[in-house]
Amino acid sequence: MIISVASGKGGTGKTLVSTNLALSLKNSHKVTLLDCDVEEPNAHVFLKPALTSSEAVFVPVPRIDEEKCTRCGKCAEVCAYNAIAVTKQKVLIFPQLCHGCGACSYLCPEKAISEEPREIGVVEMGQADGLEFIHGKLTVGEAMAPPIIRRVKQQENNEGTVIIDIPPGTSCPVVEAVKGSDFCLLVTEPTPFGLNDLILAVETMRELDIPCGIVLNRAGVGDAGVEEYCRKENIPILLTIPLDTEIARLYSKGVPLVEGMPEWKNSFRKLFDRIKEIVDERNRSIKR
Amino acid sequence: MKEIVVLSGKGGTGKTSIVGSLAALAERKVLADCDVDAADLHLLLKPRLKQETEFWSGQVAHIDPEKCTQCGLCQDLCRFDAIRDFRVDPVSCEGCGFCSHICPAEAITMKENLSGHWFISDTRYGPLVHARLGIAQENSGKLVAQVRQQARKIAEEKNLGYIISDGPPGIGCPVISSLSGASLALLVTEPTLSGIHDLERVLSVCHHFGIPAVVCINKYDLNEDNTRQIEGYCTSQKVSVAARIPFDNTVTEAIVRGVPVVEYSDGRVSQEIKRLWDGISAIIRNGGRGL
Repeated sequence: MIISVASGKGGTGKTLVSTNLALSLKNSHKVTLLDCDVEEPNAHVFLKPALTSSEAVFVPVPRIDEEKCTRCGKCAEVCAYNAIAVTKQKVLIFPQLCHGCGACSYLCPEKAISEEPREIGVVEMGQADGLEFIHGKLTVGEAMAPPIIRRVKQQENNEGTVIIDIPPGTSCPVVEAVKGSDFCLLVTEPTPFGLNDLILAVETMRELDIPCGIVLNRAGVGDAGVEEYCRKENIPILLTIPLDTEIARLYSKGVPLVEGMPEWKNSFRKLFDRIKEIVDERNRSIKR
Repeated sequence: MKEIVVLSGKGGTGKTSIVGSLAALAERKVLADCDVDAADLHLLLKPRLKQETEFWSGQVAHIDPEKCTQCGLCQDLCRFDAIRDFRVDPVSCEGCGFCSHICPAEAITMKENLSGHWFISDTRYGPLVHARLGIAQENSGKLVAQVRQQARKIAEEKNLGYIISDGPPGIGCPVISSLSGASLALLVTEPTLSGIHDLERVLSVCHHFGIPAVVCINKYDLNEDNTRQIEGYCTSQKVSVAARIPFDNTVTEAIVRGVPVVEYSDGRVSQEIKRLWDGISAIIRNGGRGL
């Protein structure tokens, strides 16, 4: 089963939930944690994994053989990302704009374009206290997170329980990270900002047809808007975590909640059981 | 005209609350919400919409089933796994158009994609340019660029001194699009290990693109050891810490009321944000000296 942990708004507690859920299950399940927030990965801060291997992530970018090139301009014409410009003397390549689709090299009538790999980040793997751990890191200055997210997800062999830490937002990196999940936990906080971004996240999951439930973090501040919305939309609130200085203090030091306050383990195990019930029920109804 | 973009790397450190307050403090400015994925600034600034424009960007492949011979070439060549069973998954399609060029039956056409909307509004703090990316859409970087371009246009037309932008979290495409060519990045962090880790990455992005940066430590009293660590790090990077804002519930209360915190309370948080704006505007007046 693949469980994603997402939120429209950043800083609501995705990493808190994903790491503690993983740590609470590791004694009874085979658990793999994927940190797909490759722009700002943080799960390693809490899990302190021993990284055992790493692989660079590349996107293929075109390389022009000037001897074969006739400056016909076909490559620039087919490139949807304006990553190639052809002048009378030269073909200019803008590697940062290239998505690596391969159209230019395939369609070049002179076969003058080959592809060379350009490194945009890294995927690192290891173990953390009985958990399998995989994360990706986008190189500073690079724009494209999705190819790294794809590689993080390819490393995982879909055995046991997979928990994915999703980047904030609702655009392409989120979609890339969350697609294929059996369930998505949406972590939010009880404020108008939390609610506004939760609604966007719920719409995203509905678009992708992924069932979701809510973790309400920092409960006790703000207003009742999130709870009213969940009631109206019939989205279950599966776990409530109060605003608590001790929880915030542990978080600030990079100590997992279930280590600093072990009584929380049971809450995360119950959370998992409820997710499993929802996913099983959905699978049964799809079969029918 | 000077453009200040507020970033953080990590989400939820308080960017929008600070931008909302700077909106109330700064004079002669345009506001821009560059977090087009999950925009929240409008919840504080209560805009009156003046203009709404569709944002068409990128394309999505479409296969005509009548013409398709199911040869499978498009599926083999698509690098984004966007074609399965001779149908395009619009969510996975990156709009490269490769399939449309190579289809032997000419069954594939590229259709323009409505990927969001952008808005120009009036607020009682001045004009606001904001946007909404469509659900699960691409090209957030291009929409950010559009928001900034409109903000610049308004600032030039009205001869305004500042553009203040609320940036997205992360360090990727929309962040780079928000940052490139800005006068100053204000990096809002918090004294948690995650906050520190993410600050280091976003500051590296500022260095990479040659944008001067100042740091604001929000909720500094949550963990004062970590706050000292951030200050030490900033000193080593020759980046100034322009403010240390205490943790205070008035920030959340102001969000619930839908007003900038400096207008909601005159307490410690508001005092420090005022000091922050004085510091930033002094730095900008000095042409970036004193960083």
